[in-house]
Amino acid sequence: MKVLVPVKRVIDYNVKARVKPDQTGVDLANVKMSMNPFCEIAVEEAVRLREKGVATEVVAVSIGPQQASETLRTALAMGADRAILVQTTDDLEPLAVAKVLQAIVGKESPDLVIMGKQAIDGDNNAVGQMLATLLDWPQATFASAVEVSGKKAKVTREVDGGLQTLEIDLPGVITADLRLNEPRYASLPNIMKAKKKELAIEELASLGVDTKPRLKVVKVTEPPKRSGGVKVETAADLVSKLKTEAGVL
Amino acid sequence: MAVLVIADHDNAHLRDTTEKTVTAALKLSGDIDILVAGKGAKGVADAAAKITGVRKVLLAESDELGEGLAESMEALVVPLMGSYDAVLTPATSQGKNFSPRIAAKLDVAQISEIVDVVDASTFVRPIYAGNALETVTSSDAKKVITVRPTVFKAAADGGSAKVETIPAPAKPGKTHFVDQKLVKSARPELSGAKIVVSGGRAMGSAEEFQKVIEPLADKLGAAVGASRAAVDAGYAPNDYQVGQTGKVVAPELYIAIGISGAIQHLAGMKDSKVIVAINKDADAPIFQVADYGLVADYKTAVPELMAALTAAGK
Repeated sequence: MKVLVPVKRVIDYNVKARVKPDQTGVDLANVKMSMNPFCEIAVEEAVRLREKGVATEVVAVSIGPQQASETLRTALAMGADRAILVQTTDDLEPLAVAKVLQAIVGKESPDLVIMGKQAIDGDNNAVGQMLATLLDWPQATFASAVEVSGKKAKVTREVDGGLQTLEIDLPGVITADLRLNEPRYASLPNIMKAKKKELAIEELASLGVDTKPRLKVVKVTEPPKRSGGVKVETAADLVSKLKTEAGVL
Repeated sequence: MAVLVIADHDNAHLRDTTEKTVTAALKLSGDIDILVAGKGAKGVADAAAKITGVRKVLLAESDELGEGLAESMEALVVPLMGSYDAVLTPATSQGKNFSPRIAAKLDVAQISEIVDVVDASTFVRPIYAGNALETVTSSDAKKVITVRPTVFKAAADGGSAKVETIPAPAKPGKTHFVDQKLVKSARPELSGAKIVVSGGRAMGSAEEFQKVIEPLADKLGAAVGASRAAVDAGYAPNDYQVGQTGKVVAPELYIAIGISGAIQHLAGMKDSKVIVAINKDADAPIFQVADYGLVADYKTAVPELMAALTAAGK
C-alpha cells in the first residue's frame, strides 16, 4: 500500500506572526520556518503504517518555493521514502492546492492520502476535504486514531463533544488531528540518510492545473489589542469586583 | 441575493451557533433560508422557523444526515445551490468537515471562519492563530463561507417561517458510520457556555485538575476548559482544549487558572467579555489580557475563591 503525505512549510509554531506595516501580509522575512505541526503528525502516522507493515511506501509531497525542499527533507528524515516538490513561488489557495494534489494523486496512484487537518498560517482547514471531493474518495477528517486493514480504514474522529468512528473504503483521504500521535524527532543518522533519498522537483506549470486565485487580499491587519486590567489582592476582592464592577456573577 | 444557512444541531436541539450564523447572514442579505439536515429533527426545524428574519426552513432527513456524514451533506446542499448565492455554515467540527466539500464541488473558494462581513463579497477572517486579520474579496459567483459563531450575537426569536420537507440524497457508498461516543455532561457545552473555568499545566496531574477546576466550574455553572499544555500532559481530555488548535470560546466570564497564556491559548479565548487570571507568576503573559489578575498560587487561591463565592451567595 502506498501512502501520500502532503506537507506544508509554514512559520514555526513558536514564532509570533507579525503583520507588515503596509498591511499586505505577515512578515516572513528572516522568520524561522518549519513543517506545519499537523503535517508532522500525518508524516508520523504514515511512517508508523509502514513500520507496521501496512504501508509499503510513503511519499511526501509539498507545494511551494525551493526552500520547501527543506521541509521535505524533514519528512524524509522522519522516515518517508521519497519526496516530490511541486515548485512555485505563488501562494496557492486551498482549492488550488487540492487540484495540484489531485494531479499528483493521478500520477502516483496512492491507496491513502494522510495530511494535516489545517495549516497554521492560513488556518483554512479545507484542503483534505476538497481533495477527497475532487477525487470522489471517502474522507475521514480530524483523526485521533487510524486502523487500516485490507482495503478499509477505521478512523476515530474528534467531533464537538466526543468521538465519532467511521469506516472508509480505500483509497481515501484522512486528515490528522493533534492527538493522533506524537511525532518523532529525526535522529542525526536519519537526517544524513535523508539527504540521499530521492527528491523529485516538478514545476507547477508542467501539471497544467488551474491555480488562479479566487480571493483578493484587501489588507492584513493586527487584531485589536486587549489591554490588561487590574490586579486584585484577594479572592474575596475578585468576587466582589466580578459582582459589582463587571456584573458577570 | 439569497443565502442558505446550514443549521447546527444534535437532531434534538437547535444550537445557538445557528442563530449567530443567521446574524452574519443578515449582513449579506435579507433573503435567508435555513437548512436542517438530520434524522428525527422536525423539532429542530420548528425551532429554526422561529428565528426572526428567516424566509423558510428546509428539512431533509436520513440516517446518514443524522450521523452528519460529510459526503451526504455535500450531496444534499450542492443541488440546492442553484437557488442561492451564498451558503453559510457555523464553523463547528461538523461544519468544517463538510463545508469545503461544497466549495470544491461548486469550484469556488471557501472563506473560512469569518469574523466580520464588510459587504456581500468582502469578509474578515483570522489567520496565523488569530495574530492577524485578513480582509478578502471573493470573485466567485457563489460564496461558500464558514462563520466563527462566537463573534456574532444570536438572532432573536419571533419569526414564523414555514418548514418545507425536501428529499435526502442517496446513501454514500464508500463511507460507513460505525459509532459516536459523546461525553455526557451536566455542564454546559464549552463553546456556548456563559462562564468557562480553564486549568493549565500548573495543575500537575489529572487528579489535581479534577479536584481544583471541576468543583469551581460546577459552583459557577460553568463549562470546563484547559490549555493545550494541560491537554498534552494528559491532565484533561482533548475536547476541553481552548485555543487555536482546540475550541474558540467567547463567554461572558473566562477564568484561567495556572495558565501562562501562550499565543495559541490566547487565540482561543481573547474575545471573552471578562477575563480573570490566577497565576503565581506575576509576569505570566495571561495577565496582559486579563481584566482581573490575582497573583497567587491556585492551591490557596481557588479554595479562597470557592469560600468567597459561597459567602456571596453562589
